[in-house]
Parts: sequence; structure tokens; C-alpha cells
Amino acid sequence: MAGRNRLPRGGRVDRSKSVSIAFNGRTLAGFAGDTVASLLIAHDIHFVGRSFKYHRPRGFLSHGSDEPNALLSVDRGPGKIDPNNRATVAEAREGLVTHSQNHWPSLDFDVGAINDVLSPVFVAGFYYKTFMWPRRFWDSVYEPKIRAAAGLGRAPTEPDADRYANRHAHCDVLVVGAGPAGLAAALAASETGKRIFLADEQAEMGGTLLHDRTSMIDGKPAQDWVAEALAELRARGNVTLLPRTTAFGYYNHNHIALAERITDHLADAPAHMPRERLWQIRAAEVVLATGAHERPLVFADNDRPGILLAESVRAFINRYAVAPGRRIVFVTNGASAYAAALDAADAGLDVTLVDIRPEGDCGPELAALRAKGVTALTGHTVLAATGTRRVTGLAVAPVSPEGKIGARKILAADCVGMSGGWTPSVHLFSQSRGKLRFDPALDAFVPDQPVQATRSAGAANGRYDLSEILAEGFAAGSAAAGDSATRTFAATPTPTGFLPVRALPTDADPARIKAFIDFQNDVTAKDIHLAVREGFESVEHVKRYTTTGMATDQGKSSNMNALGLVAGILDKPLPTVGTTTFRPPYTPVTFGTLIGPSRDALFDPARKTPIHGWAEEQGARFEDVGLWKRAWYFPRGDEDMREAVARECAAVREHVGIFDASTLGKIEVVGPDAAEFMNRIYVNGWLKLEPGRCRYGLMLKEDGYILDDGVVARLAPDRFHVTTTTGGAPRVLAHMEDYLQTEWPELEVFLTSTTEQFAVIAVQGPKARDLIAPLVTGIDLANDAFPHMAVRTGFICGVPTRLFRVSFTGELGFEINVPADYGRAIWEAIFARGAAFGLTPYGTEAMHVLRAERGFVIIGQETDGTVTPDDLGLGGMIARTKPDFVGKRSLARPDLVAPGRKQLVGILADDPTLLLDEGAQIVADRDQPIPIHALGHVTSSYWSPACDRSIALALVESGRARIGSEVFVTTPSSFTKATVTAPSFFDAEGKRVHA
Amino acid sequence: MLLIPCPYCGDRPEIEFRGGGEAHIARPRDPQAVDDQAWAEFLFYRTNPKGLMAERWNHAHGCQRWFNALRDTVSDRILESYRMGEKPSGGGSS
Repeated sequence: MAGRNRLPRGGRVDRSKSVSIAFNGRTLAGFAGDTVASLLIAHDIHFVGRSFKYHRPRGFLSHGSDEPNALLSVDRGPGKIDPNNRATVAEAREGLVTHSQNHWPSLDFDVGAINDVLSPVFVAGFYYKTFMWPRRFWDSVYEPKIRAAAGLGRAPTEPDADRYANRHAHCDVLVVGAGPAGLAAALAASETGKRIFLADEQAEMGGTLLHDRTSMIDGKPAQDWVAEALAELRARGNVTLLPRTTAFGYYNHNHIALAERITDHLADAPAHMPRERLWQIRAAEVVLATGAHERPLVFADNDRPGILLAESVRAFINRYAVAPGRRIVFVTNGASAYAAALDAADAGLDVTLVDIRPEGDCGPELAALRAKGVTALTGHTVLAATGTRRVTGLAVAPVSPEGKIGARKILAADCVGMSGGWTPSVHLFSQSRGKLRFDPALDAFVPDQPVQATRSAGAANGRYDLSEILAEGFAAGSAAAGDSATRTFAATPTPTGFLPVRALPTDADPARIKAFIDFQNDVTAKDIHLAVREGFESVEHVKRYTTTGMATDQGKSSNMNALGLVAGILDKPLPTVGTTTFRPPYTPVTFGTLIGPSRDALFDPARKTPIHGWAEEQGARFEDVGLWKRAWYFPRGDEDMREAVARECAAVREHVGIFDASTLGKIEVVGPDAAEFMNRIYVNGWLKLEPGRCRYGLMLKEDGYILDDGVVARLAPDRFHVTTTTGGAPRVLAHMEDYLQTEWPELEVFLTSTTEQFAVIAVQGPKARDLIAPLVTGIDLANDAFPHMAVRTGFICGVPTRLFRVSFTGELGFEINVPADYGRAIWEAIFARGAAFGLTPYGTEAMHVLRAERGFVIIGQETDGTVTPDDLGLGGMIARTKPDFVGKRSLARPDLVAPGRKQLVGILADDPTLLLDEGAQIVADRDQPIPIHALGHVTSSYWSPACDRSIALALVESGRARIGSEVFVTTPSSFTKATVTAPSFFDAEGKRVHA
Repeated sequence: MLLIPCPYCGDRPEIEFRGGGEAHIARPRDPQAVDDQAWAEFLFYRTNPKGLMAERWNHAHGCQRWFNALRDTVSDRILESYRMGEKPSGGGSS
């Protein structure tokens, strides 16, 4: 049934809808509205996991997203296993399968629990101290063992089967947190008619009011007030409510990232719905009403299952109608836990309260509790908890104001609710770079000066009285919306007295007890003492050395206790110790949510040329070049890549090949000053280039190194057709725009990217002219009328074309530019004529081989951003008489003219069948003492069909002077002997292009 | 993510822009007349201030215009943006 600890009445669960979940193979029933935690508690299950380091039994600490212990693996089917789910956040739904973590072979019998006995070994920083010797054990024993033992849940092995979405939004006011302050803020802000978003991490909005049975607001029970406020907000068209949505990151300029959980709580989620959605909201103003976290108390064995935070005990009883125990002892240093004790007593549970504060320091809450007949011990400390897998009691003793501890007695208990005060949740405020201020009365850091347009309100701002919280929230919401309305709320007064306490006074040897500060990382008070004793005084260092405040809960409950302890040991005021940095995410976010739809085919955009489909139909293999998909080679039958490339290369050299060069970057440079602009951007001279002619252009960055290259055609006195490398097009355009707009605004020039306007079909080989001649009209293709490096406009198959006579293969060749939409039709028309000519489509690999045989460089392969024109042997292209061009001055920098620069050469391995590795290092003498001086490296290496041997290009120190000499090139296992040559292996004089 | 005020298009998210480093570093009028040290300073030396900094931005995925912005490097607040060739109004709008 619904569990023996289910209370007969009350709560916000829907008793008409039962759900059942599985926990470690047991099927357990609960109600809609339960979390996994409340459902397990209904069945009196507290022991739900083993701790990180000591493998101690652990139960629930909290009822919310700050839960450090109760992390379960949730199984929603194949590909949907999710580890480290907080049981206090995961909603119970029909058929949910959950498992506990961090134990072997089982939760009840766990071999790793030996760590608890061996704990002297696992002190703070143990991994820096323990595994030092013998050295060889590190790789073979320590590291594998530590890796196997580390971590909590198991990472899933299947690809995530869920779908994730993302959404961008803008609003005038984003309110984070829908507790009393957030609701009041949203009500006030939305009255102005502006666009308001209200986000809350819980399934139900209302925050702490959802478990408040007794407070009244404006004469109504608090929960009725919540219902009315939400109804009002829902009715307003300018309000968007986002429940189950955690604001986890506060970035620059009010850019907030939120994760919305959409289907995890649904038993039969429709297939079209994503599991989670990433919201990125840009808000004009933000109100942070994120509440506060209750602190645990630090005493021996304060981690036993059944020991919860006091407010969490209250939430389980009031909101979920489950009793965390039948005999509950509350331990507190402040007034807030009295409300929990009263509610527990009202629920018919056996309640005792222990207050650290002396009787005289307690407020009216004490008398109110005693009036209910509850035993309250004041001026008492807790020495230790008893029990192992479940708390069985507390050893308490009176403590005098001087710290003298009296006679101990045991209070039997099956549940403890502890309260060490409250820590405002300043995480998002701090992420927004707002400065924090220490408030000694609250013993906490609270928001001080904001840096962005943000306001904090309510408990997040250190306000704990309900009417103050509501008023502050309302004022903040109104101000955020540009108004200045205020409102007073008549609410039940909230007792807020509080005495800061670090570790509870004890008569035990502090070195012999485990009083936990950070439950998730098993950091105890003595670990903090040890860290400070060893010289770690900065809280950031203490955090990293002890791991306190790390992992999935990021120390939400533990941080203030750790900071207070450090300050106490150092005897410094807490504000000077400071806090650790609050970083996003506030709570863990799945990778799926961050990635959204950007996976598999949608991981990156794919750019495809107009001829892509044809290549696909021909069975081409593709390679990625930037975002482009380029045909790599066209295998026939069962050819492998090398066979296909050799056949394609031979066809180009002997007959004719066709190649899709559409990805080449293209920029149209137009205007009266176009030639002057080109003159300043490129190393070459352009003023004398006649319309109808092309030139190979080289451009430098201002530092003198090569930025890009490409053939440029002058179509008219005031019009250039510039081509760039495939990957370099955006970079080159930005570079040109930069100089045009910022350095030479007086030049009248217009730059237009035309990369995607043209399809480019390269037809290369001795029969190229004969192949295309009958298709071309309006252009005389005769050799003397249309020489190499010329450009003509005319028609091909009736389609306008810019026809280039250029070659990147070393053969007679044309590059046919046609409007992109005609690309495939023209390609197919040429191809249809090709059979008689032995026409062969070739891909980028053959293109690379053909250009390397001739010694043509590829920017980004032969160059790496530190290569000058002279390094490539292209110094002759520089128009030295030009007074200036980008990079000219730098070419005279001392390092760029120094002897010994790396220069482009060819490398031929002595073994002609050996293909050198691209990137392989080149040395003069393999027998030099280590470190061997590297002369340079191989930049390109291919099997050359034309040379019938392997060839390579390389950058080598003083390379041109080494031509003919012997060098050694690294291989994966050793060195191989090779000879330095000129960087051209075929038709070195370049005669074939003029055929 | 920064919200960058393009002087031509208005507020746009940072992903539409390309940063161009410190602003107001004039390219010498006659680079060939500049000695190696001064040229190296033009090429490589930047002030990297903590606080207000004038920097260049290119609205690369928008109007493609280059402009300058005055940003506080501590808070990342952008006080103003202005067109190439213009001077900041001084101190900004707040």
C-alpha cells in the first residue's frame, strides 16, 4: 500500500492517483505529487546510498535540489539511464525504475565500507600523500584502482535516446524563484503590463509556502494565497510561468540560462515532446528570489540515515504527508526549527527539541512549543548520533556558556531534524558578478552591490520574516518593471532568532570523531582542521585540498559551515576569509540539454555544392573541409583509395579530368579604386594587369606572414574576381573589410562575397579544350587568343560563364564559373560528352597529388601562420617597387630576413615505396645526442602516379641550400634516409599548361 | 554572452560579432619610415587595461561594419559604441 509512514491526512499529494516505482528491485507504491524521496520515506526507507569516500550508509539530508546524499540512478529504458539523480528532485511516476549507487556488491553488504574503518588513510589530500611509492605501482595499481573506485553513479554506455530542445526569449523582467518573494515580485511587475517570466525549479510553484500549514497572508492560509497568486498570474497575458525550470547560469548583460524538465515526470510522454529544454533568456531586469539553504549541524556521526534538515522534516510531513520517523528529535541553534517541531507534533509524532541556545536567548517560540506539550531542552549540545544504517538516538548533554559539558543522556530517535541556521542562496547573484557583504547578525553573506540589472529579494537577500519577504519581493518586482509601487502584507510573524555555531561543543577527542561538514565529499571537521594546519589558508585552497563544496551539490548546505570553521581555526573574521567562487551551473545540467538538437546530422551545418548530388550518385567518398562536404575520390568497383586516386591522376595527366571547385572562396572587388585597393592588400602589383588577365595573388597579414592565396581575374578596370582558399574565404573578406573600413575609408571600393553565387567546374588535362570547345560560345578558345592565365566571359550551353584558363594540376585547364543554379546541368552536359575523351571525375585527393607533383602549395598545409613568401620560394611575386602593402614593412623585420629560416623543399625518401608521415620531423644527423635538433617537418606527402614513387614537400631550415643533401626523417619507430630536392617533381618548367 | 550595441543595427548578441582587439592603434602613415622597435610596438604591444577599454568589433554576421566600443574589462559593461573615425563621447552614458 501507500507505505506505513504515510500520514492519514494532509499534504499536497493526490491520494486519488497512485503510482508505483521500483527501488533496487522492490516495487513501492505512492501518490502523484510524491518525489522519489517522499515515496521511499513513506515506506520507511532512509538508507538509499553509500557515501563517496568512506562508503558510509546515507539517507536524505534535504527535500530539495541541495540534496548531497540521496543520488540514485534512474532507468527510464534503453539509452535513458541517468545517474546521480537527486531523489528529492526526481518526481515519482508510474513505472520509474531507480537504483542506489556507489556500493559493491549491494547496498546492504558493501566491500567498500572497509574504507570507513581505514579512514585514517583517507584524510584530506590523501591522494597527494598515500600513493607515492613504489613509483611503478602508480600506473599498474593505484591509478586503475582509484579510477575504478572514484565517482558516484555509473555513466551510461548507450547513446542518449532522448530529444532535447532549446529556445531563446526576451523579457522585461525575469523573476527566478516562485516562493513568497518571487510570487509577490511577479504580481507587482506584471501589473505594469510588461513581459514577465517567472521560473521555478520545482514542479509546483509556491516555494516554502507549499509546506507551510500555519502561516496566514492577508487573512488567508498561505497555500490559498499561493493558489490565488498563481491564478492571477496565469490570467495575465503578459506573464509566462516556467515551472520545473532551473535558472542555472547568470551570464553577461542579463543573459540567463535555464533548464526546463519537460517529460521526466510523465509515465507516457508523447513522442514529440523533448525531455528537457534549454532556455536562454535575455532580460532587461532580473529579480532573484532564490530563497535560502538550511545548514546542517556539525556533530559526530551527523550523517546517519534518518538525520535530516529540520525544515526538510517539516516539508516531508506537511507537503508530502509522510513521517520521516515516529520519534523525532529536533536539534537547533535558532527559532526556525520550532515551526517544524510544532508541525511534527501536530501530525501526532513523538517530538523532542534540543536547542543549543541558553534558555534566556530563546524567543517566544520556546514557550509556544512547550505549550503544545513538547519537551524542549535548552542549552544542550549533541555529542553524537547513535545507529549505523539508521539513526537510533542522540547523545546530548547540557553545555554551559563557558563550554563546560555536563552529563550525557541518550534521546532515542528514529529521525533527527537539525538546523544550523540559513544561508541565502546568492549563487546566481554572485555569478552575475555582484559583490557580497557579510551580515554578522545572519552569519551569512548577502547580496551587496549588483553589477548587472538585478535585484535580490526575500530569503535570498537575507530576509526571513514572511511579511518582510512579501513586501520586499513586491517592491523589487515593481521597481524592476520601472514602477515604484509598494505594498504591505499582513502575514503571521516568523520567529527568526539564531545563534551562530560551528562544530557543536563536544567532550570527545575531535581527532577521533567523524563530524561531517560536506556530506557529498565525506569531508569532516577534522579534515578542515588538518588542511589549515598544513598551511592551506585560502578558502579556495582548502576547498580543493579537502574537496569540500565540490561535486553535484557544490556545497549548498555545507559551505558556510566550512568557511566558519576555517575562519575560527585561523582566528580571523569570516568576511576576511571570504567565500569560494560561485560558478554555473547552479545544479547539474545534462549534456543533452546543453547540446540540444546539435548532434549527429545537426551537429554542424553541412555546406554542399550544386554538384554534390551528382557526386553522391556516382558513389564518391566525401571529406570535410571546414563545413563543406567535398568529393574526396570516386572509387570504381572495389578500388581502394590509392587505386582510385592513381587512376584519377593518370586520367588528368593523359586525357582529361573534371573536378568540382565550387567551394573556392570568391569575392567581387568593385569600384573606381579597386585596383589601388588590390595593390595595397596583395603583395603583387595590379595596376598594370589588363582586363581579361589573371594573376596568382598572395596576401599577407600585417606581421608579414602569408594569410591566403588564390587566382585573381581582372574583368574590367574597376572589377576584380578574387578567389581564396576554401577555408579562408570569411577570413579574407573580414581582413579586406577591416582595412577598407578602418585604414582606407577614402577608397571607393565594394566587397561582395560571391562564393555561393558561382558553381566552379575545373576541366583539366591535355584534352580539356577539345572537350569543352563545342559547348562554349562567344569565346575564342584558341591558344593564342585565350592563353594560360586569361579570363573571358561568354556562354557555355547557353548559360553565361566566366571562363578562366587556369591550372592547379599543371595541365592545360579551364575553370568554368556558372551561376550556381546551372552548375549541375553544365557539369552533366560536359560529362555527357566526356566518354570519347576518357573524361574522369576526380576528387580532392587527386587534386592534392597533382598540385604536389608540380610543387604548388596549399595555404594552411605548407604554411602555418609563420611562413613568408620567400620561405615558399615565392619572393619574386612581391612588387617591391610598391611604396606599401599590408605586411611589407614586416618583411624587413630582423627575424624575417635572418638566415636559417625554414624554406619549402622537396623530400624524396631513399626507399621510393615509403610514404613519409605528414608532420614527420627532419634531422641532419640521426646520431646526434638527444635532444636532436629538428630542421623542419614534412608538410605534404603522397604517392605520385606520375613519378611512380612517393613524394613529399617540407619546410626545412635553409632548405634551398640543402638541395641534394641527405637528411633523416622520423618514422613511427625510427628514422629513414631521404634526399632534399627542389619542390617540384613533374614538369618543373611548367610547360604543359600552355599546350 | 555580451549584448553588443552595433551603431548601425542596435543591440545584438555577441555571437554575431568578431572581436578586433584594442582600438585607436593607428597604422603608421609610412610604415617603411618606422624603425623596428616602433613597428613591433604597433604590431604586438597592447595596453590590456583593467577597467575601461576602447576595442574594435566587426558585426561579421550582420552588417559587416567595423566599429568601436568602450567596455569595462572588469564588469564587461559596454558604456557606448561609436563608428569608425568617431571619438567616444567620454565616460559613456552612465
